Amino acid sequence: MKKKIFKNNMITYALIIAFYIVMQVMITTGSISSLLQGLLVPLCMYAIAAVSLNLVVGFSGELSLGHAGFMCIGAYASAIFSRVTEDSLPDLPRFLIAILIGALVAGVFGFLIGIPVLRLRGDYLAIVTLAFGEIIKNLFNVLSLGKDNEGLHVSFNDAAVMELGEGGEKIVDGALGITGTPRDSSFTIGIILLLLTVFIVVNLVNSRTGRAITAIRDNRIAAESIGLNVTKYKLMAFTISTTLAGVAGVLYAHNLSSLTVKLFNYNTSILILVFVVLGGIGNVRGSIIAAIVLTALPELLRGMANYRMLIYALLLIVMMLFNWAPAAIHFRERIKSKFSKKQEVV
Amino acid sequence: MGFLSYLINGISLGSVYAIIALGYTMVYGIAKMLNFAHGDVIMIGAYVVLTAITGGINPLVAVLISMVVCTVLGMTIEKVAYKPLRNAASPLAVLITAIGISYLLQNIALIVFGAAPKSFPDFIKVPALKLAGGELVISGVAMVTIGACVVIVVALTFFVNRTKQGRAMKAVSEDKGAAQLMGINVNATISLTFAIGSALAAIAGVLLCAAYPSVTPYTGAMPGIKAFTAAVFGGIGSIPGAMIGGILLGVIEIFGKAYISSQVADAIVFSVLIIVLLVKPTGLFGKNIQEKV
Repeated sequence: MKKKIFKNNMITYALIIAFYIVMQVMITTGSISSLLQGLLVPLCMYAIAAVSLNLVVGFSGELSLGHAGFMCIGAYASAIFSRVTEDSLPDLPRFLIAILIGALVAGVFGFLIGIPVLRLRGDYLAIVTLAFGEIIKNLFNVLSLGKDNEGLHVSFNDAAVMELGEGGEKIVDGALGITGTPRDSSFTIGIILLLLTVFIVVNLVNSRTGRAITAIRDNRIAAESIGLNVTKYKLMAFTISTTLAGVAGVLYAHNLSSLTVKLFNYNTSILILVFVVLGGIGNVRGSIIAAIVLTALPELLRGMANYRMLIYALLLIVMMLFNWAPAAIHFRERIKSKFSKKQEVV
Repeated sequence: MGFLSYLINGISLGSVYAIIALGYTMVYGIAKMLNFAHGDVIMIGAYVVLTAITGGINPLVAVLISMVVCTVLGMTIEKVAYKPLRNAASPLAVLITAIGISYLLQNIALIVFGAAPKSFPDFIKVPALKLAGGELVISGVAMVTIGACVVIVVALTFFVNRTKQGRAMKAVSEDKGAAQLMGINVNATISLTFAIGSALAAIAGVLLCAAYPSVTPYTGAMPGIKAFTAAVFGGIGSIPGAMIGGILLGVIEIFGKAYISSQVADAIVFSVLIIVLLVKPTGLFGKNIQEKV
């Protein structure tokens, strides 16, 4: 059993590294469009987000629709840090600290929000996480932050009202967001963070703690009756998931020099959930593949102009029906058994 | 007088949310699924009315046409996309499919009608009511909206509690298997629920666009989300709950915009929702179901 899990994990790591090498070769030989090249960091971001959401949806069995909110927190926290310390710290350590800060802040928020929210179940949890995501987006949209010689100033009103003293500089400018963030993210760092995320998630899932988490998912009452602390394990899965979502946010924040809350709306949360469900609930490798394919798909369909999102939607519906409908599963099994029968005859 | 007119605006907006929330709540009660495409059915309904009115059709007839189109649309979606997944291994499968349908409807509208907002004709010709010597003005649209909401809620309550099909709906939502054994056609009942929900969505689309006179392919998305929260707020599956939830949400939103800040109004609405759910986890009118081993 252990060997099988180990092999399975190694395949996942190998696939990620193979993807990285192929992309690098394509970049150096120039056989990749600049549009697709610009998508590489977002691809890593979506893959990290999908793997982390899979921890909640797949292994903890809770539906969260606010994942983008936690990415937003991670992105803003790290981008503010990078902007403030831009002149005083060298690039690499600053970015490493930024990643830690983004992860930590998102994790703390996940923990604080998780305590009351994880008492709710099923669709109620979904709606509350959705609401949190919207609140976070809304608040960051009006947040202004500036620094001058006296220190930092925060305002949730109009950015113009904020009075900055000598040497003042606006860092966050309301709906315009943060501009001038150092562009520290790269495809290489994205892949390293993705590998790290996969490492954390698969090791957690295959540990004693992970088994407790899946036991609670499968039967909460039975798990409770053998003495598992339901709240503790659910909270643990949720907090780790939001921490990793924060990392995805950091990656995004340092990819382009400007950052607004636009990306972090509920559509993004939904999109990440689509990756998780389409890739297979509780399947880490599937999440990554779905994230990569579905992020690249609209770009690859770009030739079809207006129809690309239409085709995307149709593909999504057809794939869901094919993968999940009991009738389709039955149909596939019949075909499979026919083929295996033929082999037996031969 | 400012307070009263905000209140009336809030109730009027809330009535629209309530009508949308009724669709959510009925579908959730019976099919146990969040129909994410509901908001986009609203948008389709609004576009149909818009096209019909610009084509010179009488507005009332246009609304009827829109209701028929949305009903057919809702039933088709249910048959093609949701029914095959009814017994799927994970309840998330049908949720994602609903999201796919939502994208599909948005993009069809985008291709057919374009991305630019289209202005909606001002066709509700009810004169505004002036009270207190002209200090308090209630617009015709607001009166029609509130009236429509009350009529719909009364009619639906009557339908669900007093008619055969309505009782069948209640039975199916309680226990599908037992309902089937009692000779209820479960598939037809679920279809009927989607039909009613979608017809209500058409009405909501018209009222929404009468109050905020422009339509885009994304018009339905945000009201859809808010109506969904309203349904949860009132206790999902409950008809009076959806109405009260919707109206409260509308009032909170308008008050938040008027007295606090128009930019964070949505944040206020959602914060209230969270507080309510934390205090009463099944919503205002939700039933508390004891779990059994």
